[in-house]
Amino acid sequence: MNSQENILELVNITKAFPGVLANDGISFDVKYGEIHALLGENGAGKSTLMSILFGLYEPDSGYIVYKGEQVQIKSPRQATNLRIGMVHQHFKLVGSFTVLENIVLGDEIVNKGFLDMQKARQKVLELSEEYQFYIQPDELVDNITVGMQQRVEILKMLYRQCELLIFDEPTAVLIPQEIAQLMAIMKRLAASGKSIIFITHKLNEIKEAANRCTVLRKGKAVATVQVSSTSEAALSEMMVGRKISRHVKKGELEAKEAVLSVSGLTIAGSAKGEKAKVDNVSFEVRRNEVVCIVGVDGNGQGEIVRAICGLIKPTSGKVLLFGQDITSTSVRSRTAFGISHVPEDRQREGLVLGYSLSENLILETYYRYPFQNRGFLSPSAIAGNAARLIEEYDIRAGKGAQTIMASMSGGNQQKAIIARELDLDPELLVAVQPTRGLDVGAIEYIHQNIIKQRNEGKAVLLVTLELDEAFELSDRLLVAFEGKITGSFKTGDISAAELGLYMSGAKNNQKDVS
Amino acid sequence: MARYKFKWLSSAGAASFASSLAAIALGLLAGFAILLISNSSMALQGFATILNGGFARGAKSFGLVLYQATPIIFTGLAFAFAAKAGLFNIGMPGQFVIGAFCAIYASVNFSLPAPLRWIACILAAMASGALWAAVPGLLKAVANVNEVISCIMMNYIGMYLANMLIVKSNIYNAAKNLTVAPGVFIPTYGMEKLFVDSGANIGIFVSLGVAILCWGLLQLTPFGYELKVCGLNRHAAKYAGINEMRCIVAAMAIAGALAGAGGGFLYLSNAGKYMTVVDVLASEGFNGIPVALLALNNPIGVFFSGIFIAYINVGGLYLQRYGYVPEIINIVISVIIYCSALSSSIGKLLFERKGVEADL
Repeated sequence: MNSQENILELVNITKAFPGVLANDGISFDVKYGEIHALLGENGAGKSTLMSILFGLYEPDSGYIVYKGEQVQIKSPRQATNLRIGMVHQHFKLVGSFTVLENIVLGDEIVNKGFLDMQKARQKVLELSEEYQFYIQPDELVDNITVGMQQRVEILKMLYRQCELLIFDEPTAVLIPQEIAQLMAIMKRLAASGKSIIFITHKLNEIKEAANRCTVLRKGKAVATVQVSSTSEAALSEMMVGRKISRHVKKGELEAKEAVLSVSGLTIAGSAKGEKAKVDNVSFEVRRNEVVCIVGVDGNGQGEIVRAICGLIKPTSGKVLLFGQDITSTSVRSRTAFGISHVPEDRQREGLVLGYSLSENLILETYYRYPFQNRGFLSPSAIAGNAARLIEEYDIRAGKGAQTIMASMSGGNQQKAIIARELDLDPELLVAVQPTRGLDVGAIEYIHQNIIKQRNEGKAVLLVTLELDEAFELSDRLLVAFEGKITGSFKTGDISAAELGLYMSGAKNNQKDVS
Repeated sequence: MARYKFKWLSSAGAASFASSLAAIALGLLAGFAILLISNSSMALQGFATILNGGFARGAKSFGLVLYQATPIIFTGLAFAFAAKAGLFNIGMPGQFVIGAFCAIYASVNFSLPAPLRWIACILAAMASGALWAAVPGLLKAVANVNEVISCIMMNYIGMYLANMLIVKSNIYNAAKNLTVAPGVFIPTYGMEKLFVDSGANIGIFVSLGVAILCWGLLQLTPFGYELKVCGLNRHAAKYAGINEMRCIVAAMAIAGALAGAGGGFLYLSNAGKYMTVVDVLASEGFNGIPVALLALNNPIGVFFSGIFIAYINVGGLYLQRYGYVPEIINIVISVIIYCSALSSSIGKLLFERKGVEADL
């Protein structure tokens, strides 16, 4: 096989949705045995482009050349037949099936009407051996780690003899060790002649694994560059279209007295016999300090936050604010006490999508003066409040304060929440994944506001799945694993790799602390 | 910002008004088609009767429209108000009949000076209706019992309870054909001279006032704000520290008071309507649902859609002159409701797609 030859060429792909030009004349090519990164912000057109390649959308114009022939891909099935495979961000696995069954599912080897699992097992084991996947074919998918599940997904593609693999943000769900292993696997796959399209917005991963990188911005392919001769800063600038100060300057500050203290917090599992969701957790957040809880999703972080904000009652333990016990007070009184909460799911909890922007901006304060005056809502106070926050926090909405929330973009919805919560002037800001799904510009903005909060002498509790974010913002790191805090560090004292060991439960420096 | 000066013209409200009008046109068209099929020779006259039925006999007919509209405006408000809090109040028949019974009971047993008597009776109707509806509200708030099921059960309990009490209490014997004590009727202030023999009274103006009050309560007060948050997104309500349980109970109680008032106004109207023992749920209760749906749960809209539905109902009565059955009107109404439900969900689909597009 000639490695200079292209396995795939996308030529002048254009796809418009009503009101949006998602792909605007995008051309790029992938060579045999190449890892080609696709970099772009949310809304840059990556997903649309891959959906076209995978047969989910038809392009308005442009064409696809695959292995030297022009093809029209009309369905995912056809894409699979062409040996194009996609590793989705959210795995498409059956939890109660074994690894082997999941891999074979949909492409079973049948012998006289009966499943021939022996042959399939042989084939899967060979593949696993070849690429050093170390999978256990008879383990239930529910019982294996997320990293292993991802390997099952990859094996599914290899089992179907895919030659072009699309990885859609594959590292979003992994801990650092798993990311390193995934990079190694991707390199091995490429070395054996497979071609890979690697969709990501993490620049260090591109530097680590990719040969070339195509940058998309606002539906256009801005450039295709050799990764080895391009700096991260240059990539980032291409992606956003302007220089970005990736790192907020936060400066050293001495943390002062405790604002929030959580002691012995325990939340029992919902079903009888289920493990406790939060198990005897104690920590403090002090003035001038950002404390970040890291950990793989679903290890009790969400429940800890909900207990602090008053949305669930802990089974036992205490939540203290400035030494005052608030464990059983209402959400409203906690807001009045000075707790602001940026919720994990902005559309489900943080906003009323059917309300206008101005109405959403008074969600926790509508009953207070000046929004309420002699029993009535005051439209002028509500409008004035909205106008001020729109200006101050640069919230962009088509019809200004009257814009219905559902029609605003995710970034601006999040800005509205941040504006509302910070405007409460909280003593403690609790933010859960405040930058999830946002573009780099909005992330930078929200990071600056979090640091500003800290520098003004407030306390911040941050929960995030993005380690970069945790390292960048926090003064102290706490690791949540299976409902317990298994690690507590000053941010400068630990590497990402080391942190990964705590996140996966391999290490625990809190055993002695009761 | 001149573009937003006439906000109501370009607003969602205007769009939903237009969609309701389109639904009405389609419904009438369907009615015409049915008239054509069943007896084409009379179809044109029949259709004309539906259209001007409310004026067929001049002021008397329109008085009848007002008389019929009053109770369904109240039950329509009862449905719409609960719907704003995300509740499906199908318990209006029960709330209505309990309200009616208590109004009559009060009229027979309370002795108050004249202008206060009917007001006291209506207040009794509202209080009892509120209590009746608060039960499903409490069940929903405390034990998360589906309000549709408990409301339906409360309908039957209410109906049979009223039956039992009519027989047991003194009101049955007081005067079977004149259940309401004289002097307690809803005043007419001269309306009887304009709308002779129609039963029209000031209830229709009270219903307009109450509709405006409901609108104000929902749009202008913090209570309305939190009620609508509960209806639109209960997770956000909890997040924001809104007392959802209180919202649910309050919304149901207010809805019940409205439906109960509807019962009071109907039976205190001196139009020869009296309570008897029946095994049928009060149709005025259920009729509030189409009234509210047609108005897309807007309280002011409920007033007009209530009058509209009463209007074509009266037209339906006169249809019999041409040999048509009055039930044709029910078909017209149901087609209108289908179309308006459809148009609002189509509108919703469009609206949601817009949201997605902006996010692309």
